[in-house]
Amino acid sequence: MSHILVANDVTKQFGSHTALKNVSLEIPKNSIYGLLGPNGAGKTTLIRIINQITYPDQGSVYFDGELLKPEHIAQIGYLPEERGLYKSMKVGEQALYLAQLKGLSKAEAKKRLKYWFERLEIGDWWNKKIQELSKGMAQKIQFVVTVLHEPKLLIFDEPFSGFDPINANIIKEQILSLKENGTSIIFSTHRMESVEELCEYIALIHKSEKILDGKLTDIKKEYKNNIFEIGLEIDNEQLLLNEMQDKFQVLSQDYDSIEKQLNLRVQLPSNESRDILAFLGSRANVNGFKETIPSASDIFIKTIQNKNIDHE
Amino acid sequence: MNKLPLIIKREYIAKVRNKSFVVMTFLSPFLMVGMILLIAYLTQLNDNEKKVIGVLNESGYFANEFVTSEVTSYINFKDISLEQAKDSTVSLGFYGLIYLPNESNLEQVAQRAFFYSKDAPSAIVLDKLESSITGRLRQERLRELGMSPKEYAEMDRGYNINIETFDGLQNIKGINEIKAIIGGAFGYLIMMFIIIYGGFVMRSVIEEKTSRIIEVIISSVKPFHLMMGKIIGTSLAGITQFAIWIVSGAILLFIGLAIFDIDPASLTKGGGVAPGMANTANVDVDALTQNIQLYAQEIFELPIFAMLFFFIVYFVLGYLIYSSIYAAIGAAVDNETDTQQFIFPVILPLMLAIYVGFFSVFSNPNGPIAVAFSLFPLTSPIVMLMRLPWGIGEGGVPVWQLITSIVILIGTFIGIVWVAAKIYRVGILMYGKKPSYKELYKWLKYS
Repeated sequence: MSHILVANDVTKQFGSHTALKNVSLEIPKNSIYGLLGPNGAGKTTLIRIINQITYPDQGSVYFDGELLKPEHIAQIGYLPEERGLYKSMKVGEQALYLAQLKGLSKAEAKKRLKYWFERLEIGDWWNKKIQELSKGMAQKIQFVVTVLHEPKLLIFDEPFSGFDPINANIIKEQILSLKENGTSIIFSTHRMESVEELCEYIALIHKSEKILDGKLTDIKKEYKNNIFEIGLEIDNEQLLLNEMQDKFQVLSQDYDSIEKQLNLRVQLPSNESRDILAFLGSRANVNGFKETIPSASDIFIKTIQNKNIDHE
Repeated sequence: MNKLPLIIKREYIAKVRNKSFVVMTFLSPFLMVGMILLIAYLTQLNDNEKKVIGVLNESGYFANEFVTSEVTSYINFKDISLEQAKDSTVSLGFYGLIYLPNESNLEQVAQRAFFYSKDAPSAIVLDKLESSITGRLRQERLRELGMSPKEYAEMDRGYNINIETFDGLQNIKGINEIKAIIGGAFGYLIMMFIIIYGGFVMRSVIEEKTSRIIEVIISSVKPFHLMMGKIIGTSLAGITQFAIWIVSGAILLFIGLAIFDIDPASLTKGGGVAPGMANTANVDVDALTQNIQLYAQEIFELPIFAMLFFFIVYFVLGYLIYSSIYAAIGAAVDNETDTQQFIFPVILPLMLAIYVGFFSVFSNPNGPIAVAFSLFPLTSPIVMLMRLPWGIGEGGVPVWQLITSIVILIGTFIGIVWVAAKIYRVGILMYGKKPSYKELYKWLKYS
């Protein structure tokens, strides 16, 4: 089985509000899967269904090939967006308690906690109370508690919120190293920069429906619009432009007469760039040639806009 | 794997370690005992203050009545006018002046006697003076009638009608009140425990909600387990607190009494009564002790074990029902100020139970109101316990009522916990505005 989690036609209704509508997902093993969508799209509901906090009205969810059941809770680690810890409890005790709730024995939990506290250099916090720690420090504890029972599937909901850039980076490295060690990760966010850096697969949820999913590189290919950015070194740019007008669709031009540098954005009918390269190569010195690839953020905005237009 | 014990343990430890809980647990007995000791001490102080009263006796009577005792000193004025005596009393700082004028006979003297004092005199002093004079008057009247004090005592002896149940059991007056007080104490204890510890459960739920740990926890355990763990853990903390109070209270009281050298008996007698008073009351001491024995016997014959057993049954069921409601309330709101609207309807049946108990059960333990309220599940833990001192079966609570009441209570418990767990499960993940009852009803239908 190559999928850690499969959701088939999941629908969830809260009173008259539909939180999820026929959502199907396939999350490959040992990958980072980005679950994207605007606030209120239904991401959290889906995650809660995976965690068996709520149950779907229709459809089914399979975990590692088996129908999702309570025993799987010990295989899943979940860092909710709305997270917190008992304020007046000591760090060590609290971590032990939460680890035991996930089914670890006390001794085992202690051993692993020690390892993680050293790894994140927070060993001397053991006897502190959460209320004495800063928000970022508490977030680190929360991260440790989430991954401590070495689950097969980790679900992070906005894991970087509340972290300063340095700590966010530490956490990012930890997430990547967990993935290296074979953990599958669902990564829910609406911050697109982190998606580009981390995710191999994404799914886009909008207004309770999945409107896009697949491998990020495939999606990007699909969303490419065959626009190329071209840099040329040329003396007589006007002549070239006149010549190009008939053959290619030039979207924008910018000429620096001192450097003799012409920058163009050209729309091609297809992904095929051989013609234009041959054409340009015989007339000027090409010093830059790049196909523009849409960012995840562009795809996100574009898809949602298209969807909204469809609805109107 | 069952995680309930883990949750119970955490809730218990969290509660027991809580600073305000520790302070309350260890301070309350000191406060209570301190209060008792203070009252006892002040009462004693009050009694010990020796009052000096001037006596201007112009009559030929009362030569032996006003003699200095432990509590009161009498100073006799001689050969001065009433005005001079008054002035002297004031200037010497005496408590007051008793004036017995020169009259032809004792009745006349008593008629014209006056007590002067700076302010209105204390009731105790007046009682004492009056009883002294009454005693002398009675002596005189008896002498005129030619009757000895012994004959008078014989004549004055009281009478109590013999009472018995139809079964021939001896009955005594006032036993109903004692039974009522015992039953009432049990009922009151349950009410207080529910209100205090139900409130703890509720605040604990709100804390988990506001600290946002709730979603982390319920991704590991079922909300129902969390709720039950919380209720059980908190109640164990409550039982610990009660146990500490009882033990330490007893020890402290014992130590305190020893230190301050206060006779416990003087507390029970109601310290305000002056020692001299008992003599005038003319009570047959033998009859009194006999009565006390009867009361003691009657109390021992109360179904103590049955009462304790059913106290535990009703206590557990009542507490579970109410604290699940409290947990649901805590889950439905975001902060404590929003709870008022929901708490009032919860406390209402408890208050009702106590009042119905005091007014209806005490006057007629098997009356229709008492029966109805001891079957209604939200009031039965309190009202039924108030009825139990009258026994089970004949003369007391019919067995069918007891069984019906417990069955209804268990049924209600299952129903309420089910409803509360539903509200709890939805509520703990809801933030934002305070829900209306209508919305709570809608939550029940979510799966």
